Amino acid sequence: MNQIRDIVNIGGIFESIIDWLTENGDWFFDFIALLVEGLLDGVTWVFSFPPALIIIAIFTVLAWKVATKGVALFTLIGFLLILYMGYWQQTMDTLSLVIAAVVFGLLVGIPIGIWASKSDKAWNVIRPILDFMQTLPAFVYLIPAVLLFKLGPIPGVIATLIFSLPPAVRLTNLGIRQVPTEIKEAARAFGATSSQMLVKAELPVALPTIMAGVNQTIMLALSMVVISGMIGAGGLGNVVLKGITQLKIDIGFEGGVAIVILAIFLDRVTQALSDRSGRQS
Amino acid sequence: MALVEVRDLHKIFGPNPRKAIPLIKKGLTKQEILKKTGCTVAINGASFSIEKKETFVVMGLSGSGKSTFIRCLNRLIEPTTGEILIDGKDIMKMDKETLREVRRYKMSMVFQHFGLLPHRNVVNNVEFGLEVGGMTKDERREKAVRAIKLVGLEGFEQSMPSELSGGMQQRVGLARALANDPEILLMDEAFSALDPLIRTQMQDELLDLQTKMHKTIIFITHDLDEALKIGDRILILGPDGRVRQVGTPEEILADPADDYVKKFVQNVDRTRVITAGLIKRRSPTVCVAKDGPEAAMRLMEKHGHSHIFVVNADRVLQGILSIDDAVKLKKEKVRDLSSKINTDVYTTLPETAVADLMATALETRFPIAVIDQDGVFQGIVDRAAIIREVNEGMDDQTLTPTALSDIHDELNEREGNA
Repeated sequence: MNQIRDIVNIGGIFESIIDWLTENGDWFFDFIALLVEGLLDGVTWVFSFPPALIIIAIFTVLAWKVATKGVALFTLIGFLLILYMGYWQQTMDTLSLVIAAVVFGLLVGIPIGIWASKSDKAWNVIRPILDFMQTLPAFVYLIPAVLLFKLGPIPGVIATLIFSLPPAVRLTNLGIRQVPTEIKEAARAFGATSSQMLVKAELPVALPTIMAGVNQTIMLALSMVVISGMIGAGGLGNVVLKGITQLKIDIGFEGGVAIVILAIFLDRVTQALSDRSGRQS
Repeated sequence: MALVEVRDLHKIFGPNPRKAIPLIKKGLTKQEILKKTGCTVAINGASFSIEKKETFVVMGLSGSGKSTFIRCLNRLIEPTTGEILIDGKDIMKMDKETLREVRRYKMSMVFQHFGLLPHRNVVNNVEFGLEVGGMTKDERREKAVRAIKLVGLEGFEQSMPSELSGGMQQRVGLARALANDPEILLMDEAFSALDPLIRTQMQDELLDLQTKMHKTIIFITHDLDEALKIGDRILILGPDGRVRQVGTPEEILADPADDYVKKFVQNVDRTRVITAGLIKRRSPTVCVAKDGPEAAMRLMEKHGHSHIFVVNADRVLQGILSIDDAVKLKKEKVRDLSSKINTDVYTTLPETAVADLMATALETRFPIAVIDQDGVFQGIVDRAAIIREVNEGMDDQTLTPTALSDIHDELNEREGNA
């Protein structure tokens, strides 16, 4: 049995791929790291620079305008609680990681989704890859991320973006495929080019579904950002990790509560945005 | 030259459509070809032409390929073989760019389920075709507003499609198609998704619009009554994708090309389609300018009538003269007929449907005079001719004698229904 394993060593093959990438793709990963770092720094600055109370006020107004009064009230109380517990900076770090990962994730995921919706061949290749990405345990992403990008927040963002990508691709593909034939025919019959059809007909009609994908991506990103605390990504992940490793129930619980508050806030606001785009049509 | 000329058009769906063509030429049926090649024949060698400003209806049951058919005309579906000439240019040979130009400026389409963009309001939907054509914002807004006015949707410019009823949504679809003032309007079962009352109303409005616009309309329907109502000519597509007959509504009703068409038209209310012009007969007239009472009496005696229509030198109808009055005039030695002309006669235009004449026919003791728009006398429609047309549609009853009173009852009932 071991002999067979030596001949076809799946893990070994993967290992040598990563080795090869670290040796030869250095410049490429450095470039990616630079991009991620730039965005992450920018987002972190935006959330760290103003006083906490102003950010809480902005979040509350946002929740009120986009979602309901109830969500706004929850946002106000929830974030005040985080501030009171003393995890404000960690929460903002986590939020910045999520936003950086989601922005990159959507920049990659939505175009792939569009491509998949236009070509059955592409979709047939992309689909099993997405299945693979979604079923592979989240921790496994951390290893190559560390090898290629060292420790810290940047591999955290990279691992998160890969982990949270599939729903954006899937739901963009689904949304565009579900656009009624007559609408596509109408666009063509009035002389729209392929890109006019995409921008003026398909994407707007698919928007509610795409927004549902964005919501899913954000939620997955949040869960992954916490896990990537293990590779030193910082933020609330670190707090929870500290609670586990030092068996401090109080710290672990407080970190957990902060994550839940952030998750509910992000979910309700993006869901309301997606509902709103659905109601329009 | 005809505006649209279709020659030997085939559309075959399947893995290798070209392989099916020689089999079609050999005369194999749709089923045999499907078995042999796995290909479905949707359109089988259609050839016909459509004139400018004509309303041309393509009529067939579901599965007869009529939707495929209309989509071949603007190449939403790629035809397999054949030629489609529009103004002499073959659509099938056009490159993408030229085809887009044709779609933008030459022909537009109205869809069964409207095909509106749900995220755009009415005026932005109507602007769509102009927008993709690259027209400036002001210019396209102006044209869109004009088209919206044309279909009677003023005041709804800012409404979203989801806020409108089906009939109103289809008006938006129609306005969108009219906005770029195309020469050809393709209408794919445009009114089939609407409920019957709205459907009738939209048909009437389309007819009204057509008298103003004079577009070339190619209209697809599965509803024969609709086809007969709005079509100048009708093409009947068989279930095998073959053209069975092309002709005017009257031609198709009076002379069905084969059993399929015959079965199709069996249940049609003929009186709605047959017109006064079609069943009118010639009738002698006297001319008020030159004929006196004696000439009138002689003509009435010769034809066995108790009255005669009077026209002027231009054959414009003046009225009717009865034999009694002619005798009186003769006794009084008055040569001029005009004092005794009875103007209390009913007239009708040649295009009036027989159904609309029934009530009048019962009321008047004189035949109904058929006159054209300038009042020129063309002939008469008498009660007998109308009753004959009514009975023609009732296949079985014509075989057995019917009491006159029954026919009158029937007429009264129809009048009540109308």
